[in-house]
Amino acid sequence: MSRIGVFVCHCGENISRTVDVERVAAQVGKMPGVAFATDYKYMCSDPGQTLLKKTIQEQKLSHVVVAACSPRMHEKTFRKAVEAAGLNPYLCEMANIREHCSWVHEDKQEATAKAIEIVGMLVERVKKNRVLPTITVPVTKRSLVIGGGIAGIQAALDIADAGHHVVLVERDPSIGGHMAQLSETFPTLDCSQCIMTPKMVDVANHPNITLYSYSEIEQVDGYIGNFQVTIRRKARSVDEDKCTGCGVCMEKCPVKKIPNKFDCNLGMRPAIYVPFPQAVPNTPVIDRDNCIKFKTGKCGLCQKVCGPGAVDYEQEDRLVVEPVGAIVVATGFDLYTIDEKPKGSMIKGYGEFGHGKIPDVIDGMTFERLASASGPTGGKILRPSDGKEPKQIVFIQCIGSRAREKGISYCSKVCCMYTAKHTMLYHHKVHDGQAYVFFMDARTPGKAYDEFWRRSIEEEEAVYIRGMVSRLYQKGDKIVVMGSDIAVGVQVEIEADMVVLATAIQPRTGADSLAQKLGISYDKYNFYSEAHAKLRPVECATAGIYLVGACQGPKDIPDTVSQASAAAAKVMTLFAKDKLEREPIVARVKEAGCVGCFACKKVCAYGAVEEKEIRDRQGNLIKVVAYVNPGVCGGCGTCQATCPSKSVELDGYTDEQIVAMIEAL
Amino acid sequence: MHPEKLKHDFEPKIIAFVCTWCTYAGADLAGTSRMQYPANVRVLKFPCTGRIDPVFILKAFQQGADGVLVSGCHPGDCHYIAGNFHARRRFAAFRKLLEFVGVDLERLQFSWVSAAEGGKWVEVVTDLTEKVRNMGPMTEFKELALEEQWSGTIDTPELKEAYNAI
Repeated sequence: MSRIGVFVCHCGENISRTVDVERVAAQVGKMPGVAFATDYKYMCSDPGQTLLKKTIQEQKLSHVVVAACSPRMHEKTFRKAVEAAGLNPYLCEMANIREHCSWVHEDKQEATAKAIEIVGMLVERVKKNRVLPTITVPVTKRSLVIGGGIAGIQAALDIADAGHHVVLVERDPSIGGHMAQLSETFPTLDCSQCIMTPKMVDVANHPNITLYSYSEIEQVDGYIGNFQVTIRRKARSVDEDKCTGCGVCMEKCPVKKIPNKFDCNLGMRPAIYVPFPQAVPNTPVIDRDNCIKFKTGKCGLCQKVCGPGAVDYEQEDRLVVEPVGAIVVATGFDLYTIDEKPKGSMIKGYGEFGHGKIPDVIDGMTFERLASASGPTGGKILRPSDGKEPKQIVFIQCIGSRAREKGISYCSKVCCMYTAKHTMLYHHKVHDGQAYVFFMDARTPGKAYDEFWRRSIEEEEAVYIRGMVSRLYQKGDKIVVMGSDIAVGVQVEIEADMVVLATAIQPRTGADSLAQKLGISYDKYNFYSEAHAKLRPVECATAGIYLVGACQGPKDIPDTVSQASAAAAKVMTLFAKDKLEREPIVARVKEAGCVGCFACKKVCAYGAVEEKEIRDRQGNLIKVVAYVNPGVCGGCGTCQATCPSKSVELDGYTDEQIVAMIEAL
Repeated sequence: MHPEKLKHDFEPKIIAFVCTWCTYAGADLAGTSRMQYPANVRVLKFPCTGRIDPVFILKAFQQGADGVLVSGCHPGDCHYIAGNFHARRRFAAFRKLLEFVGVDLERLQFSWVSAAEGGKWVEVVTDLTEKVRNMGPMTEFKELALEEQWSGTIDTPELKEAYNAI
């Protein structure tokens, strides 16, 4: 007979406000098998856990049910406490009477009745729980970082400096990401490239970093401590080992007029190119869609002029498999492309504000390229249409952001600050010009941020107009911007030479498909979800995977860098151990009943099912049965639901346990 | 402000089979956000919808559930790579079987609720509770269960009456 102990938590008054915890304890105490039931103010607190441990020993409890919050919150806490008292941790279950009961119901009677039933279910379940041994697995002390922007670079450098090997994968031909495109950075007006490029070079030279640029994640197998990552190294058509980065090929390439994405299509590049002069690695890539050799089979000039013979038209995509123990995801953001609706986008409002139709309506990143000394204009603010200096410039904030009715309800966080920066850059370069900003609210929390914003108004003469733009149209070579100043209550009409839109930050295109490969969750916008918004902000719910930067939500550079170092610290914590304990929630085959049909093998997504021969003493083969490798098993239990003879069982979720719960209803 | 709570004659029993990673977390989020929904639902946590044996659904109906909800990660988002696809195929076939047996399929709901969709969880649970409440109690399986216990060999009217009284 089991001696179950039930501990009902008040959670301050989070639970006790709507659930009569004393009644729950009293009712549950009468259930068969329950030897002890009590309620306590805070079970998770130190005295609460001490009470739990003391009672287990005094009452000689065999199983424990803690009725409190979600097991996702405190299951580990209580299992640890139970273990400390000498019981197997898997003989402890949690009944979720907070998230699933007290918080979602108001009627005390209803909620109490429900809580009693929930606890009853768990009492029946725990009776069927078995002692499970913890499984230890080795840790591969190598890390994968996906994305080579400032987020990925910082995380990679921190982990590599700690002495662990890092594989850094970047989709584009060069690392650097969006930060390399920026002109200056707020709130200090540091030159972005001046602080970014040394870090990029550090990555290239670091003995502990393997950089795979122009590469993408193909497949991710395994689990925390033991991932196998297949990386597609896209054909660069240039041998990275041979290329010296002299750049002769780019000079001689007859195709010169391809818009350069890095310069927001303002500058031109050849068909064999590096995206920008400071690229890391400084190895060109052939854009096969635009290369004459690939289109017609003729040309081949770059191969002829290449001294070291690095150009290789025959190169194909290669797949590399890297074993790693941890994965840092730092894929960053894309800007809301207001002129062009991407396929499948749920967002309304494309085509507004004349972007894409009026050439002098540009987005914030294009303005960065115009203002950048390394940009297509050499740092002069010039109109894309006619190359004239704009004397009146209008900045419009919250383009796409905070427009729930159009599909994006969140604030993109950085636009207020970068628009303030833009007005300053403009004022520094066009002394007789005037900048206007249409804004809804100025959101400037952050160290020295508000001072920076105020400076744009008080010292740099930007005129801020609170209100949104209602109409914008081209008139001659001017752009007429109409809006209302709701602070004063008047209509405003400005004849501008250029308009800059602060477009929303969105996750990278394809963020969802990468998440599916990694097995991590994401929200409706495709931002990746952290394990806990406050207490586990850089971890994914999937163990061993960490999030950094704007892939998790809009973020500025200081936040991104802090998060990168935080994730690196988490990776190092993981790598500080040689062995890792994992939950023993794995499938086990009951060989007596197994007929060797291997339906389980077909449905196993992990390839954990192997064939095992059973022989008699003479060595004659009796039958072949399934065997589940506990190191590889993911613990989903699909095999168990599939097995026709019910000969495979998922520990922790056996049929017995589930049926006991259903029968308790 | 909350709408006046209505008293109903019949409170259906809804059993929800959910996966840990998406729907359970989604239901947790509904709790953390203090959203309100009917107290009729009892949640059973599974690692993955792939673990949910159709027998559990039958068992639930047999144990007096008036409605069953099965919910997991959206297709393609499975924490275990493909468990929800297996579940989807399994339940597509199972529905046909249930229909054949004569169970009103309106009592069985499949949905995808992600960890970020607390609101959707509330919606799904509220809708199903409402629907099943209007349909009334599910008695077929309870009757079947009684007949099962009834061996049929000792066929006296008293015994039959006694069983019917259970």
